[in-house]
Amino acid sequence: MAYISELEVSLRPPAMNLPPYPPKVITLASGEQMVVRQVERDEIPTLLEAIYPLLRVERDFYDIVAARLFGELLAYKRYRVKDEYVLAGLIDGVLAGMVNGRLVDWKTGMSYHTLTIRRGLRVGSHLFAAKMEYHIEHCGQEEVLIVAESPIGFRRWMIEYPLEKRSEVQHELGGVPSWVLLKQTYYNAKPRLVSGRRPVPEDLLRGAATIRLPEEDGVIRQVAGEKEAEE
Amino acid sequence: MNPVYIAGAGMTKFGRSEWSLMKLASVASLAALRHASLGEIPVDSVVVANMGAARINHQTALGSALVDQLALYPAMAEAVENGPASGASAFKVGCQAVASGMADVVLVTGVERMRVVNGLEGTDFVASLSQPEVEYIYGVTLPSLAGMFARLFMERFGVERKHLAMIAIKNHENAMENPYAHIQQTVTMEGILTAPEAVVNNPPIAKPLHLFDCCPVSDGAASLVLVSEGIAAKLGGAAVRVAGIGQATDTHAVQEREDPTDLKAVRIASERAFSMAGATAGDVDVAELHDAFTILEIAESEAAGFFDRGTAHEAIERGETRLDGSLPINPSGGLKAKGHPVGATGVAQLVELVWQLRGEAGGRQVKGAKIAYACNFGGFGNNVVATVLRREET
Repeated sequence: MAYISELEVSLRPPAMNLPPYPPKVITLASGEQMVVRQVERDEIPTLLEAIYPLLRVERDFYDIVAARLFGELLAYKRYRVKDEYVLAGLIDGVLAGMVNGRLVDWKTGMSYHTLTIRRGLRVGSHLFAAKMEYHIEHCGQEEVLIVAESPIGFRRWMIEYPLEKRSEVQHELGGVPSWVLLKQTYYNAKPRLVSGRRPVPEDLLRGAATIRLPEEDGVIRQVAGEKEAEE
Repeated sequence: MNPVYIAGAGMTKFGRSEWSLMKLASVASLAALRHASLGEIPVDSVVVANMGAARINHQTALGSALVDQLALYPAMAEAVENGPASGASAFKVGCQAVASGMADVVLVTGVERMRVVNGLEGTDFVASLSQPEVEYIYGVTLPSLAGMFARLFMERFGVERKHLAMIAIKNHENAMENPYAHIQQTVTMEGILTAPEAVVNNPPIAKPLHLFDCCPVSDGAASLVLVSEGIAAKLGGAAVRVAGIGQATDTHAVQEREDPTDLKAVRIASERAFSMAGATAGDVDVAELHDAFTILEIAESEAAGFFDRGTAHEAIERGETRLDGSLPINPSGGLKAKGHPVGATGVAQLVELVWQLRGEAGGRQVKGAKIAYACNFGGFGNNVVATVLRREET
């Protein structure tokens, strides 16, 4: 085990022993199989590489989501955030999207971000659902604090689940009045919003073992739309 | 009436655009004008189709605006608004100008920029075409009307969700070959219907219609150059003639129809168009139907006369409407996947058919197409324009 200085130890937040997220596989509308699995700390640089080009994409608030997510993942990599976890969706090993959050304590979770790279297949919805599944079913939490930074997020989380207001709580993302997913709300929504099968077949797991990035041009095209018209 | 020919066709890519309304219209128009190779021949008249610019883009008088953008003065200019049938209505107005001898060259451009507002506002804007006192006031939207229509139609004729899914799958597949399509993503029966995850992938919008039964909300523009026989002869090359146009209306409120599953306006408009063209539904080689919802492709294909009532879903099962089938329907991807910028749609359907008849449709080309049909469905079937185009050998 690598040596960690006393000072470094004091800089790191205390950690709870988070349970692992068991991987699952989801059939998308395209028929493709998306493996959702936990991302290890040493894989974070790969995700940062995927996020970086999105920092300048204003459409659908990708810029702010990418900027904040970049910081959150960096903080996770460098041990500067308490009890964060990251899940990724991978199609044939290629990154389709990611979600992250953290545990405030064993009762309450704090959802951070959902970033979709492969758009139009409800990848974000599936990944957000996986995040809620992790908090409620695997960590056994009672509630998850959530905000949305884009109208799309608002439709997907606040309206579709639907969430309740917890206005007196300022969410960590900008101090926005929070919304909350309660355990009961989660189980009510589960039949229509949470999907996926376990165990993941070996070949799919092997294919998802290494995260591969889509081409940067492809990412920008997916996220920001095609370059305009053929004149 | 003088014969009318289509000398040029062009469009922008449909989708979500950062371009202004006028830039969309101009780019499509220039593409069509280039396609027509008019040279020094002037444009006599400009007709712009649009449904919502006054409300959602805060712009009116689009005909004059487009003339100015393209410096086509002193061409005549006007705009036509007829709900989702604005495109084909504008085309009809353009054809009337040429057929009457009032103009030799008419530019018809359909344009819509809808994504500038959010989904709720967009849905409300489109719903404003419904009957105000017995539909809109009670919260009716187009998806809700289509949902009720679909339920009745499916119960009566034994259409199942799998048939609707087959249409979505086919049209998404066709759009993969269309560089102008809004959605270029294939979908599968497993992914949208049979897999356990399909419940999340394809959630209900207005039961029995689900997400993949509904067209996207798109920005975009499409344009055609109509010319007289004399100009067509001067230009030479492949000639596409406007063989027939038919239009018909029905009650504004769907509930007032004797049989809401009978798309009477589609039937009558199609009969009129075929009669004018001296053709029958059986002569058609390729068709573009107004599949704002998958169920409409089935219902319109029967009302147009391609299939007997209650049997279109069986033809779909047999693959007859696929690109390689006996009557390819929506080779462009249809509204379902090519997209639906409402005012542009009717023009875009005809743009696709012109390309098909000229053999310029690339990977989605229907081999040897000579007669083509389009149905532009306005309101919820209360104002329909049907068009028949014919390739003339030169």
